[in-house]
Amino acid sequence: MNDIYDGLHAAFWLVVTLDAQLIEISLRSLQVSLTALVIASAIALPLGTFLAIRRFRLRRLTISLLNALMGLPPVVVGLIVYILLSRSGPFGVLGLLFTPTAMIIAQVIIITPLIASITHQAMRELWAEYHDLLISLNTSGGQRVRTLIWDGRRTLLTAALAGFGRAIGEVGAIMIVGGNIDNATRVLTTAIALETGKGDFALALALGFVLIALAIGVNIAIHWLSRTESEGRW
Amino acid sequence: MIPRFLALIIALVFASAAAAETLRMAVTTSFDNSGLSDVLLPAIERDIGLEVQLLVVGTGQALRLGEAGDVDAILVHSRAAEEAFVEAGYGTHRREIMYNDFVLIGPLSDPASVALAGSVRDALGRIAREEPAFVSRGDDSGTHKRELALWQEADFDAAGFGSWYREVGAGMGASLNTAAGLDAYILADRASWLNFGNKAGLTLLYAGDPALFNQYAFLPVNPERHDHVRADLSAQLEDWLTGPRAKELIDGYMIDGETLFTFNAEVE
Amino acid sequence: MSILPLTLRDVSVRRRGKRLIGPVDLRLDGAGLTMILGPNGSGKTTLLRVMHGVERLSSGAVVWSVPDVQARHRQAYVFQTPIMLRRSVADNLAYPLKLAGTLRSEVTERTAIWAERIGLADRMSLPAPRLSGGEKQKLALARALIRAPDVLFLDEPCANLDGASTGEIEALLHTALAQGTRIVMTTHNLGQAKRLGNEVIFMLRGQIHEQGLAERTFDAPQTPELAAFFRGDIIP
Repeated sequence: MNDIYDGLHAAFWLVVTLDAQLIEISLRSLQVSLTALVIASAIALPLGTFLAIRRFRLRRLTISLLNALMGLPPVVVGLIVYILLSRSGPFGVLGLLFTPTAMIIAQVIIITPLIASITHQAMRELWAEYHDLLISLNTSGGQRVRTLIWDGRRTLLTAALAGFGRAIGEVGAIMIVGGNIDNATRVLTTAIALETGKGDFALALALGFVLIALAIGVNIAIHWLSRTESEGRW
Repeated sequence: MIPRFLALIIALVFASAAAAETLRMAVTTSFDNSGLSDVLLPAIERDIGLEVQLLVVGTGQALRLGEAGDVDAILVHSRAAEEAFVEAGYGTHRREIMYNDFVLIGPLSDPASVALAGSVRDALGRIAREEPAFVSRGDDSGTHKRELALWQEADFDAAGFGSWYREVGAGMGASLNTAAGLDAYILADRASWLNFGNKAGLTLLYAGDPALFNQYAFLPVNPERHDHVRADLSAQLEDWLTGPRAKELIDGYMIDGETLFTFNAEVE
Repeated sequence: MSILPLTLRDVSVRRRGKRLIGPVDLRLDGAGLTMILGPNGSGKTTLLRVMHGVERLSSGAVVWSVPDVQARHRQAYVFQTPIMLRRSVADNLAYPLKLAGTLRSEVTERTAIWAERIGLADRMSLPAPRLSGGEKQKLALARALIRAPDVLFLDEPCANLDGASTGEIEALLHTALAQGTRIVMTTHNLGQAKRLGNEVIFMLRGQIHEQGLAERTFDAPQTPELAAFFRGDIIP
């Protein structure tokens, strides 16, 4: 209990004094996870929607695969990305290991199945509702995907936020591929792991509170933005 | 809309790709936990304009990173493994920099009376007879290897121990946390112990045997195996680490009034 | 050139071993409004969907006078339960035009005209799913007519609507007819069938049982089953 109080206290002071290190790693956390979110969404939203509206031979298999990948342990993803990006691995020449780019790649792999799967669930419902109309209007596949994504954007926002939550709170994979290098690849979660390792629970907790606040802040900001965007019409 | 969006992504991805002269060095958790790196790295950057990026891992992984060419140099403390590393051509040479020592930590109640031991051999013997909870790193790190070697020198086989001997497979800090939670004995390096914030009911019970001596060495990764490795920067760093400024900082580094490291590089 | 005539040759639709309609042969041409009548389960909706080309055929063929690709774009369908896009009234109206790549200025103009016609001009930015049942049906009809289709299909457009809404829908249909749109619709409402129909198709057990001009058929049905249907008897 005392630890929690100390953590809150430390978090408060880190924030009010605008601790330079804290700001740097918080911004890096946001940069890595938001970039991963944008890339993953660009892949997962159309993919999940496509799976909802198109019947093809490997559809069942693809969906099962997606659901299985959703439960993939981040450390395994981290390890695989690590081996691929290592200097002695197939993509070693790119020199990406231990850079924020490597962390983004790992997070994209972790959250894309999650976003695609939630998208698929939500779009299946909307497609059932729209099916007859869109068939009747003789829409093309691309028009259908775009219509469903646009009209289902609220649910998709939830899917994306779930992905963001998983990305920003993830530690196993980015610890391996990022290396938790001070001033280069240290983010909130890896810093928390580090401080816990040093037994500095107060600082670790403080960083944890900042992480929670950040996650909540992004959620509120996105919801607020989406409301103002459509306030006039909705 | 779309080009601007792509530009944003590219900007985000490559935002921190550009940097000055940087060198990646894999170091052991014990070195980083000691806090010495917080003193040395800024001084290195000031003196020779080199940004050293530390990858804090166990000795086993540090050696693997060097073998794969993912770092430019390593700073570890496991002599046999280091010599094998150089032997296999992964590193150009091994340069001793400094040493600190290992200490035996245990509960204040000291059920195995380790505090009364006359040598580390005696101390381990008392633990093995009494069988109190003992936490082992179990992560193939330098500290773990040293612990296993000490058991062997005391004529015990750690693999044959019962459930009182817990291999946690974690770094020094996490292992100390576990020991604190279990009120267990543990072998730790002095630096990590002094810097550890969650001592709970643990205390230092035995130290001082020459067998607990812990030598750190610097090993540049061989550029002949990986041509992207910055051998020039490693050489600069080695010069600095073995120079007078490093000696002053290393010997002068203290926690709670205790000197942690002793500089012992041989200046050529 | 119109996409008519429409010809159905030996069409049948079976689902899970059960025959829904067929065999059906039908030719649709000329102008006016064709009413499809029949008891529940006689295959009215299936026939309508077959004509529109959204039902998979088990056998037979549906042929327009122009290639299918062209015919697809010049017909529209209003479903029994109106399907509202989760968008504003204006965006629902604009949707078919945008699909067709209509110029933005023209989209705005025609959307405004149609909103005015269905009395929703003051609620253009309201989410369509929040409209009342009658308003939704009017919006669905306007959305179907906004591309000025050659042929319009309606499946029970006035089921569950009050008198006022039914009257407004019928007025819109009259206007469309006057502008040359060919209409095919199903209904349960004999009064509506008499008010609007130029031609009657009577479906029974998945087949066209009787077909004829409206005035003559209502006065003198040729089959005892249609006579019974008009009397309101249950047809086994």
